[in-house]
Amino acid sequence: MRGWAAVTGVAERKPARWTDGETTLDMLSTIGVAAIADAGLQLDDVDGLLCHPMGGVPMLVPSTIGEALGLHVTYAGSVDLGGATGAGMVWRAAAAIQAGQARAVLCLTAARRQRRTPGQARPRGQSLGRDTSPWAEFEVPFGNVGANVGYAMIANRYLHEHHATPEQLAKIAVHQRDNACRNPDAWFYGQAITVDDVLASPMVADPLHLLEIVMPSAGAAALVVVHPDLAADAGHAAWLLGAGECITHKTITYAPSLTETAIRPAADRAFAQAGVTRQQVGLASLYDCYTITVLVTLEEAGFCERGAGGAFVDEHDLRSDGDFPLNTHGGQLSFSQPGMAGGMSHVTEAVRQVQGRGGERQVGDLDVAFVNGNGGIMSEECALVLGVEP
Amino acid sequence: MSSRPRPVPSPTTQPFWDATAQQVLLFQRCTACGHAQSYPRPTCTACAATSLDWEPASGAATLHTFTVARRATHPAFDGTEPYVVAIVELAEGPRVTGNVVGCDVDDVRVGMPLELVWDDAGEDGLRLPLWAPA
Repeated sequence: MRGWAAVTGVAERKPARWTDGETTLDMLSTIGVAAIADAGLQLDDVDGLLCHPMGGVPMLVPSTIGEALGLHVTYAGSVDLGGATGAGMVWRAAAAIQAGQARAVLCLTAARRQRRTPGQARPRGQSLGRDTSPWAEFEVPFGNVGANVGYAMIANRYLHEHHATPEQLAKIAVHQRDNACRNPDAWFYGQAITVDDVLASPMVADPLHLLEIVMPSAGAAALVVVHPDLAADAGHAAWLLGAGECITHKTITYAPSLTETAIRPAADRAFAQAGVTRQQVGLASLYDCYTITVLVTLEEAGFCERGAGGAFVDEHDLRSDGDFPLNTHGGQLSFSQPGMAGGMSHVTEAVRQVQGRGGERQVGDLDVAFVNGNGGIMSEECALVLGVEP
Repeated sequence: MSSRPRPVPSPTTQPFWDATAQQVLLFQRCTACGHAQSYPRPTCTACAATSLDWEPASGAATLHTFTVARRATHPAFDGTEPYVVAIVELAEGPRVTGNVVGCDVDDVRVGMPLELVWDDAGEDGLRLPLWAPA
């Protein structure tokens, strides 16, 4: 996969708590043209489109978006990998380019978030829609709904098998918040927190405190993945060096293991394809719906031994100018989680950093970045290795 | 009467839910490879065989992991928090989702032995399997 394609165009909208009537389709269109411009391309240059399932457009999403934007594409698809969707789009785009089916693939993510009127039921999980999957039959009757309880059960199992302290988990949120304070687009920009703040925040689902949990928001993010011949047009390129993906379950109850995860084979493949070592990684952009997700991913992606995540966090400075820069945009814990654009934020940040466009939080001497996308309850895993050189 | 969200059985899962009315918890055993699985599926997840037998679970189980939901995760659970959402490992092997009841939520521990208890029947006559400290 190394040398197949580069990410040139990047566009991302600052998350908002709510959208006021704007449709997801309109959000996708405006972020899409911004990414195309950032890639140094014209609308006619784009011949591939990747998007994701979204509310309000029950089917035929790619053609709906393509028509709205005025695209004529020779490759299109919808990627349905939850939080791993953004990462999953990048290697699919590269594979399509390598297969000769496209030369410039626009990858779009967005989420709207409408304010509820008083008295309106709060939607939680997928519980209020008609769902005939096993989830509706064997999870909802027991209240296993939404991500909080799923990740909390992973955390409690992890803490049964291994040792990590609440302070170590909290440090992840604290250092990422420090990173967010160098990112004006982060929702929690300017709001530094301490370990005590995290541990004093309300317990939502034991052992997860409120400040260890992402805040949902509205937003949009887009990338343009291009053929090597087009990589010079933008004046900035992040090369895809390797990718790996693994999906083993939907509901965590049925995962082969709660602590030996699909992250590992995905990351192993990505590093093997890239031909780089973990030690060469200058930025880790790890999906962080919860602090426990980061802790487990540090181990499973191979940055430390299994069970050593807590000690690893203790030993390293996770800030953009630290010795192990992690989620330099603040992570979703501090950037907020605008739906699929939340997972994409780990990709956009890694791309910007590799392109040298990290601004105040630019990681010095960065050659290689690692991205992990994670969907559902650690059910969809997609790893990417990005580099400055092909 | 149970106020929990009700399962809507399919032809594949109907025997499982019918048995709950008799307070019997079934799981599937593959006739080809002997693999035990739950929830019910038309095929064996270990060997892809299409012939599966029903077996009653002993009701003995271990708590694989859990959380205490301090906030309701579904409107039907509003006002019942805090409650325990759990992954329960049957003595026969399969893991199932459930709730630990009959004890203080702060006394629940990973690895504790559990025994099968039954929720009240719903209007549909079906019962949900629940778990209590053994």
